[in-house]
Amino acid sequence: MGKELQVAALENGTAIDHIPGDAVFKVVSLLQLQKLNNRITIGNNLKSNKMGSKGIIKVADKFFREDELNRIALVAPNVNLNIIRNFEVVEKKKVVLPDEIVEIMKCNNPKCITNNEPMKTRFHVTDKEKVELQCHYCEVKIKKEEVVLL
Amino acid sequence: MGIKSLVNIGDYNRDDIYRILKSASRFKQNPDRDLLQGKVCATLFFEPSTRTRLSFETAVNRLRGRIVGFSDAATSSSTKGESLKDTIMMVGNYADLIIMRHHLEGSARYASEISPVPVINAGDGSNQHPTQTMLDLFTIYETQGTLDNLTITIVGDLKYGRAVHSLIDGLSHFSPTFNFVAPEELHIPDKYKTFCDNKQIPYKEFTEFSPEAINSADILYMTRVQKERFTDLMEYEKVKNIYILYNHMLDDSKENLKVLHPLPRVKEIDQDVDENPKAYYFEQAKNGMYTRQAIICDLMGISEK
Repeated sequence: MGKELQVAALENGTAIDHIPGDAVFKVVSLLQLQKLNNRITIGNNLKSNKMGSKGIIKVADKFFREDELNRIALVAPNVNLNIIRNFEVVEKKKVVLPDEIVEIMKCNNPKCITNNEPMKTRFHVTDKEKVELQCHYCEVKIKKEEVVLL
Repeated sequence: MGIKSLVNIGDYNRDDIYRILKSASRFKQNPDRDLLQGKVCATLFFEPSTRTRLSFETAVNRLRGRIVGFSDAATSSSTKGESLKDTIMMVGNYADLIIMRHHLEGSARYASEISPVPVINAGDGSNQHPTQTMLDLFTIYETQGTLDNLTITIVGDLKYGRAVHSLIDGLSHFSPTFNFVAPEELHIPDKYKTFCDNKQIPYKEFTEFSPEAINSADILYMTRVQKERFTDLMEYEKVKNIYILYNHMLDDSKENLKVLHPLPRVKEIDQDVDENPKAYYFEQAKNGMYTRQAIICDLMGISEK
């Protein structure tokens, strides 16, 4: 295989690497990439030494805000973020799950007030390692694999 | 924040709990006072609950407050599709306090965040019912003279029982020891065992309603084992008669033991226990009124001393 690039290089922008295969399109949705006009390359089921198979997303000429990027941690806590300028990686980042998640996911409890009123959802992150959350309103606990994005 | 509300028993720390319980003791000695003169309290019962509503309304009436509200969502504008937010905003403009029961979980927290006046959660679905916990704690305090270092045996439905979960939470400040007595299908959820482990609270689990669990206890807290909770009805038939307390089972219990139950009782405490001075569940229900008087005045910033 050698060092051949599986996805074309980026001149300026953000590369999100080592996304678990099942999370690639969730990351697309979390970052609202469908609304951007920038050039976006999405690769999935690429070979990875570390993970076996992985996804990668490259967004040209786009530098996300920290809080936008941290949303990714909800579905892919171990991604590598590379900020690229002039074909060079100028900054590497890790995503960090915030203490609180507002609006981007729904509560899994059908009897929760947030599923019955026009209001924002709100969750406390109770375990950042395992990605476990608790609804601020109905107090139901939600595990990473149960997260449903809005 | 600003406005104080009571949504969850976790809103109260150890000092808050003792402050309210001492106040409830004073209300028990003298429940008829003019403290809420000129105040209007709204009881919004989107889900009917006669016992809880009457306890709150009696508490307010005995303090000369006025009550507005509804006892059934069918008579409220929520049947017209009004949002909870709009109902709360409207009532919050009329009343000085909102007491709310709602079938949706988290509704009380949400109401407390948007209401211009304090909100008391009188039950939000299967989530929280903190005034029940406070009256349980008051009854324990009243009968034992303290909340500290007691052994509490909790019997029945420990899986779904809201009162049970909040009681564990409320007592966690006071170094308790728990005995959990429940059938296999209704045993205490891992979440509460982890909670106890983290707080270094010792507990034992029993699947039989054994003499050890009864005789080591200062408080025997009975709950209903409901048929509809079982997925396997054979299992229900097997256990339905195991978790019944009869008077003779109290023969070797501690002198200071009191038997509590959040009521309504069905069969889990035989009527022959009622005459035993250790039976305290009716007094416990009565204590609800004094505890609610204390909570209402505390939230409204009204000193009762």
